[in-house]
Amino acid sequence: MTTTTSESEHQVRRTAGLVIEGLGVSLTGSHVDVVDDIDLVLKPGEVVGLVGESGSGKTTVGTSLLAYSRAGAEISSGKVVLEDRDVLSLPWKEVRKLRGEEIAYVPQDPASALNPSIRIGKQLVELQQLRGIGTSESRLQAARDGLTEVGLPSDDEFLRRYAHQLSGGQVQRVALAMAFLPKPKVLVLDEPTTGLDVTTQKMVLDTMAELCRTYGVSALYVTHDLAVVANIADRVAVMYAGQIAELGPRDTIFANPSHPYTRALLDSIPHLSQARALKGIPGRTPSPGRRPDGCRFNDRCAFVVDRCRTEVPALRTVAPEHEVRCHRVGEIGTWDINIGTVPDADPDRPREVILSVEGLNVFYGRKQVVHDVTFDLAKGEVVALVGESGSGKTTISRSVGGLHKEWTGSLTFEGRELARSARQRSAEDRRRMQYIFQNPYLSLNPRLTIEQIIKRPMELFGLAKGKEATDRVVELMGQVALGPQMLHYQASRLSGGERQRVAIARALAAEPDVMICDEITSALDVSVQGSIVELLEGLRLERGISMLFVTHNLALVRSIAARVEILQAGSVVESGPVATVMDTPREEYTRTLLSNSPRID
Amino acid sequence: MEVAPPKGRSGGAAWGLWLARRLGLAVLTLWLVSVVVFLATAALGDPVRAILGRDYDSNVARRQQLEAQLGVGDSIVSRYVDWLGGLVRGDFGTSLANQLPVGTQISSTVANTLVLVLLSALVMIPLAFGIAMVSAHYRRKRPDTVIQTILLALAGVPEFVTGILLVAVFSTSVFNVLPAVTLVAPGASPWDEPKGMVLPVATLVVAVTPYVSRIVRATLLEVLDSDYVELARLKGIPEPVVMRKHALLNAIVPGIQVIALQLAWLAGGVVLVETLFSYPGVGKQLVDAVRNHDVPVVQALSMIIAGVYIVVNLVADLLSILLTPRARTAISS
Ligand SMILES: Nc1ncnc2c1ncn2[C@@H]1O[C@H](COP(=O)(O)OP(=O)(O)OP(=O)(O)O)[C@@H](O)[C@H]1O
Ligand code: SF4
Ligand SMILES: [Mg+2]
Repeated sequence: MTTTTSESEHQVRRTAGLVIEGLGVSLTGSHVDVVDDIDLVLKPGEVVGLVGESGSGKTTVGTSLLAYSRAGAEISSGKVVLEDRDVLSLPWKEVRKLRGEEIAYVPQDPASALNPSIRIGKQLVELQQLRGIGTSESRLQAARDGLTEVGLPSDDEFLRRYAHQLSGGQVQRVALAMAFLPKPKVLVLDEPTTGLDVTTQKMVLDTMAELCRTYGVSALYVTHDLAVVANIADRVAVMYAGQIAELGPRDTIFANPSHPYTRALLDSIPHLSQARALKGIPGRTPSPGRRPDGCRFNDRCAFVVDRCRTEVPALRTVAPEHEVRCHRVGEIGTWDINIGTVPDADPDRPREVILSVEGLNVFYGRKQVVHDVTFDLAKGEVVALVGESGSGKTTISRSVGGLHKEWTGSLTFEGRELARSARQRSAEDRRRMQYIFQNPYLSLNPRLTIEQIIKRPMELFGLAKGKEATDRVVELMGQVALGPQMLHYQASRLSGGERQRVAIARALAAEPDVMICDEITSALDVSVQGSIVELLEGLRLERGISMLFVTHNLALVRSIAARVEILQAGSVVESGPVATVMDTPREEYTRTLLSNSPRID
Repeated sequence: MEVAPPKGRSGGAAWGLWLARRLGLAVLTLWLVSVVVFLATAALGDPVRAILGRDYDSNVARRQQLEAQLGVGDSIVSRYVDWLGGLVRGDFGTSLANQLPVGTQISSTVANTLVLVLLSALVMIPLAFGIAMVSAHYRRKRPDTVIQTILLALAGVPEFVTGILLVAVFSTSVFNVLPAVTLVAPGASPWDEPKGMVLPVATLVVAVTPYVSRIVRATLLEVLDSDYVELARLKGIPEPVVMRKHALLNAIVPGIQVIALQLAWLAGGVVLVETLFSYPGVGKQLVDAVRNHDVPVVQALSMIIAGVYIVVNLVADLLSILLTPRARTAISS
C-alpha cells in the first residue's frame, strides 16, 4: 500500500511549473538594468536551457527565481509565479520557506559552493534540521539515499568529509543531492558543470535529467555552452545583454536559429564529427549601463542595418513557441549546421618532426604520474593531449616546457637533447619554446600594462628595444585582435578572453617555433574560445608554429589538431591522426570519451 | 582526484608530533629570549653602583654584600648559567631592593595582571564579535558607518586618554560611582573590591575592541560574499543562522589571530593602565623595579611576559588549526 502511494507519487507527481513575467533587475539606487523584460515559462518536468556569454545576466535571472539578488542589485519589476503565488511579492518568511523546499538552486562554482568548515553530512541535512522535518534518523537516511541517487558513497566516512576532501565532480554532485533532498518543484542550475571533465559532466547531467524526470521537477539550466544544452534541454532561451534574444524548442533553435547572435554562438562551437573553421564573435558583451541604443547586439552583429541602431526590436513570435528579438528576422537567410566545416587535417601530410618525446616518465616525489609516454610534434602541426582530469596532460606539458623537472626519458628538439629544466636550457631554446597557462587571471601580473607585459620577452631575449619594441607590440596586438588603444591598459582591466590574447601575444613576442598551450580556452566562453582558436589557426598557417595543445574537449581537438594522444592515468592509450582516432576509435576508453562529449551535430 | 580521508588512528601520532615540534620551538624561543633579557639587563651597567649611588664608596659592607649576591666577579657566562639554572628550577633569585625571594614577591602581581587581562578578554571577545556581526549585517548602511566611525576614532585614542576620560566621567564630577584608583589592603586581592576593577578593565576593553572588531568585520564581509554563504541563503537558511553557522565559523580564525596578538600586547602593555589606576600588577611592578635597578625582578618579569606571549600564540595556532578543517586534516593524514 505504502509502496504504491510513493510509487505513484513519483510517477504522477504533477507540478504547475513556473511562470516569469516581465522580470527586471537593476543596480541598487539607479535605473541601470542588469536584466529586463524577461518572460519565460518553465513547464512541469521541463528543462529549459538559458544560454549566453559571460555577463549576459544568466545568473541574475537564475537567482531572481528565488527572489534573490546579489548585493548591489535588486529585483525591480515583474512576477515569478509558482502555483498561483508571486514569489517576488511574498513576505520574507514565506520566501525563505519556499527556498530550498520548493525552488532549489545549484550554484555556479563547485569549488566554492560548499562551506569549507561544515561536514558534508551536516550540510546536506541542515535545512531539514532547521525546519524540523523528520527525525534525525530519517534525515540521515534521506541524506544517504540522496548521495546514492547521485552516484556517491553514502557511508559514515563520506558523510564526515569536508568539501576539500572531495573532487570537483563530487562536490558538484553533493550540491545536486542537497538541492534535491527537499524534493523541490523547480530547480535552478547555474553552470553546474563548469570545469568538470566530459565524463564527470555527463554523469552530473544524466543524474540531473534522471532526477527531474523521476520527480517531475522543472529546471532552468544556465550555461554558456550551447553544446551542453543540446543534450539535456527541452527548450532553449538565448540571452544577450540582459534580454532574451531568442527562445524556442531545442530542435528549432539548433535547426533553425533565427537571431544573428544565436547563429554566431553556434558558429563558435566545435563539432565532434567534422573539423570546422571556428569563429568568435567580435567585441564583447556590454555591461549594464553601457549597452547600445536600438538593438543591443548592433555593435557586434554581422547583419546590422541603420534601423538597428535606432529602433529597439521587440521579441516577436515567428513560429509556434519560437520567439526572436531582431528586426531582420526572416531576411537573413537560413543557417546550416555545416557552415564553416573544413576538411579534417590530412593524415598523410609529410611531417618534419621538430620535437620528440620518448619514454617519458614523470614523478611527483616518489609517486609516478606519467608512464612511458612517447609522441612527436612536426613543424606547423598541432598535437592534442586529451584525457580526463588527473590523467597527466598538464604534467606532460609542464615537463616538456621545462617547468617540472622530476622526469626521465628523452626530449629532443631538432635532433638535440634538451635539458630537464628550463633553467638549464639555453636562452635560445627557451625563446623558441613558449608556454601558455590555463588561467589568464593568474598568469598575468594585473598591475603591469599590456605594453610592459608583451615587451618583456623581447627585452629578455634581446630581440628588440625601445621604439622598435613598441612597434612590435602594436603589431602583435593587432595579430591577436587587440586594438592599439589598449597599449597602456593594466591587465586588471581586461576580460578573460582579452587576457588570454595578451598571454598569447606575449608568447609570440619571443618568436617561438613551438607553443605549449595548457587548457588555454577552458576558463573562457565558447565564443571567446572560437576567436582564440581562429587566431591560433592563423598563426600556425602563417608562421608554421607547432603547438602542443592540452585539453579535455574532444570536439575542440577535431577542429584544431592534426594528431591526438589520448591519455588515461598517465599512459597513452590511443594516438594517431585526429580523423582516424575519432571516426574509428580502437580503444574502449576513447569510445567512452567520445560518447560522453556533448555534441550538437 | 580522490582525496584521502583523514586517518582516524594514526592521526593521533601525527598530532603528537606536531605538538612536540611546536612545543620544542616554543622552548627554543623562550631560551633565546632569556639570552636577550640577560644580556640586556647585564648591559645596563654596574648594578651595584647604580643601586648604591653616592653610597657606593662609603658603604663598603653593603657594596660587598651586593657584589656577592650578583656575582659581579664571575664571568658573564657563568652568571647566565646560574641564573638560567635557577629559572628552570623555578627560582627567580632574590630581590635587590628588599632581599626577599623574587618568586613570592611577583606571584601576586602576576596573578593580579592575569586576572585583569583575562577579565578584559572575557568582556572584549564577545563584544568585539557582536559589534562585528551587527556591523557586517548592516554593511555600508547607516548603523555600519556609525559603528565604523566610532571604532576608528576609539582606535586612535591612546589608552591613557581613554582611562583619564573614564575616570573623569565615572569617578569625579559627573557620576562619581566608581573608584579612580585600585586600593588593595596588604594580603588582599584587587578583585575583593569588584568596583575597583571596572575602570581598568573598561579601559583595556576600549583600547583593544576596535582592532579586533574591525578585523572580524572585514573577514565577515568577505565570507558573506562567498558562494557558500550565497548558497546557504538560496537554500532558505534564515539570516541569523547564516551569520552564526556559515559566516562566523569561517571568520573566527582570523579573529583568533588578532585576539592573540592583542592579548599578548595586553600582557605587556598594561603598564600605562596599571600605573594610571595604581593597579598592583606586573606593569606597575616592572616600572618600579626598573627605577630601583632591581635586576632580578626585571629579569623575572620580562621572562614571564615573554612566556605568556609564546603560550598565547601557541594556543592561538592550535585553535586556528583545530577550527580549519583543511589544516586539521592535513596534519592527521
Ligand atoms: N549586484 C551587482 N552589482 C553590479 N553589477 C552586477 C551585479 N549583478 C550583476 N551585475 C552585472 O550584470 C551583468 C550580468 O551578470 P550575471 O552574473 O548575471 O552574468 P552571467 O551571465 O551569469 O555571467 P557568467 O557567465 O560570467 O556567470 C554583469 O555585467 C555583471 O557585472
Ligand atoms: S536587430 Fe539588427 S543588429 Fe540586432 S540582431 Fe537583428 S540584425 Fe543584428
Ligand atoms: Mg553566472
